[in-house]
Amino acid sequence: MNRAFLYLIAGWSGFFVMGLELLGGRLLAPYFGSSIYVWGAIISVFMLALSLGYLAGGRASLSAPSLRRLATLLLLAALSTLPVLLFGDALLERLSIAFGDPRFGSLLAAGLLFSLPAFVSGMISPYAVRLLVADRDSSGHHAGKLYFVSTFGSAAGTILTSFYLVLYLEVNQIVLLMLGVSIALGALVCVLPFGIEA
Amino acid sequence: MSAINTRVSLLLQWALLACAAPHLAGAQQLIHEERSLYRQVLVYEEPDSRCLCFTRECVIGRQSCIDLRQPQRLVFEYTRMMLGALFLDPEPNNILIIGLGGGTLPHTLRQLLPNADIDVVEIDPAVVRVAEQYFGFHPDARMPVFEEDGRAYVRRVLRSERRYQLIMLDAYDSQYIPEHMLTREFLSQVRALLAPGGIVAANTFSSSRLYDSESVTYRSVFGQFYNLRSVNRVILASNAELPSLAQAAQNSQRFVATFKPLGFTPQSVLSRFSTSSDWNAGARVLTDQYSPANLLNSTAR
Repeated sequence: MNRAFLYLIAGWSGFFVMGLELLGGRLLAPYFGSSIYVWGAIISVFMLALSLGYLAGGRASLSAPSLRRLATLLLLAALSTLPVLLFGDALLERLSIAFGDPRFGSLLAAGLLFSLPAFVSGMISPYAVRLLVADRDSSGHHAGKLYFVSTFGSAAGTILTSFYLVLYLEVNQIVLLMLGVSIALGALVCVLPFGIEA
Repeated sequence: MSAINTRVSLLLQWALLACAAPHLAGAQQLIHEERSLYRQVLVYEEPDSRCLCFTRECVIGRQSCIDLRQPQRLVFEYTRMMLGALFLDPEPNNILIIGLGGGTLPHTLRQLLPNADIDVVEIDPAVVRVAEQYFGFHPDARMPVFEEDGRAYVRRVLRSERRYQLIMLDAYDSQYIPEHMLTREFLSQVRALLAPGGIVAANTFSSSRLYDSESVTYRSVFGQFYNLRSVNRVILASNAELPSLAQAAQNSQRFVATFKPLGFTPQSVLSRFSTSSDWNAGARVLTDQYSPANLLNSTAR
């Protein structure tokens, strides 16, 4: 049961990151356009933040790892996305005026808005591996399954967002919906009565 | 009913393609190709015409064509319809064109209005190079090309004093629509970039569900506009009261002689001016928050 939640968190986190990345392009386009530079800036920020998140997640798993703490990471990733909804437009407006060059303006904008949620989301996978692995022999097997779930979630987040969600919902509504799922899933796991240790 | 119409028109298009294809396949020669940051840029030549295409064999949509025997002739009807903007304001001094293609529109406007300042915005540097090399487009001090995203350009220039009497939007094609340039917010910015009484001319789409959404979006920003339909669709709108059809007809008379070498009569364009709303007024307005233009464009009405 705990394992199921663990995979669910990792898979959903993958969905969340890619959904947010795609919508990031939508949010920046009115201010910086949608030239190849703007996409380059967004992808760079997500990759860099995720890579640092992996480091931090691995380190955090060294002390008293628990499923509840993993769920807290999911909640933190959701909360750190709130500035996108609250101040996103105001920030983008100012940055696009301050920077004539679309490359560095969009790089800074993507950095300020998305690096924190992507960083925290990046922490989830290595942390989850620690909770799954019981011994050295099965570690690769578990890590493989976790990568599968998380990257499959990313693929699902990409295709559902770009093919369907944008046809029915506004960008901010999709972000809100994803925040809602993260908060619901994180809170549910936090209040689970059974085994805190995975 | 409209679904049947769509099918019939699709069938007709296929029939036309089938007739035209063998002829094209034999005579069409690829004279230039390059992969740019955004797409493939291809130039094909037939004995008497040369076309810019973004797909192999020009299967979908030729972007721009010139008649090699009469280079001034406007091959595409949409470019002729775009010039209908001059019936609403015959002497625009400041013109902005977003989307260069083969450069037919700026090139023709330069000939018609030798004293106008024409700013051209094109996102793809490869398209600019090809327009200069193969389509006789020559930028100059009063016709500069800005290589950047159209929306970013509009936002930037809005902060200056510069305003335009005519803005032409020619950045959409049937395969890809820059969705951030087909929203209520973008069109409001374009409207704000017009000088008082300025005109906007947009080359857009005449089929698919996008027709409805696009119509209500333009309506929400500009109110009434002239709708010109053929294979393409051209929207002519103003940020002041739309000049009357009588006024447009009167202005069009000025162009009888100058349009002649371009290969058409003002009357042929004027006859397409329509103000009737032949779209679903209940369609959803496109906004920065909701802009699935490409998905709508691939859905039949």
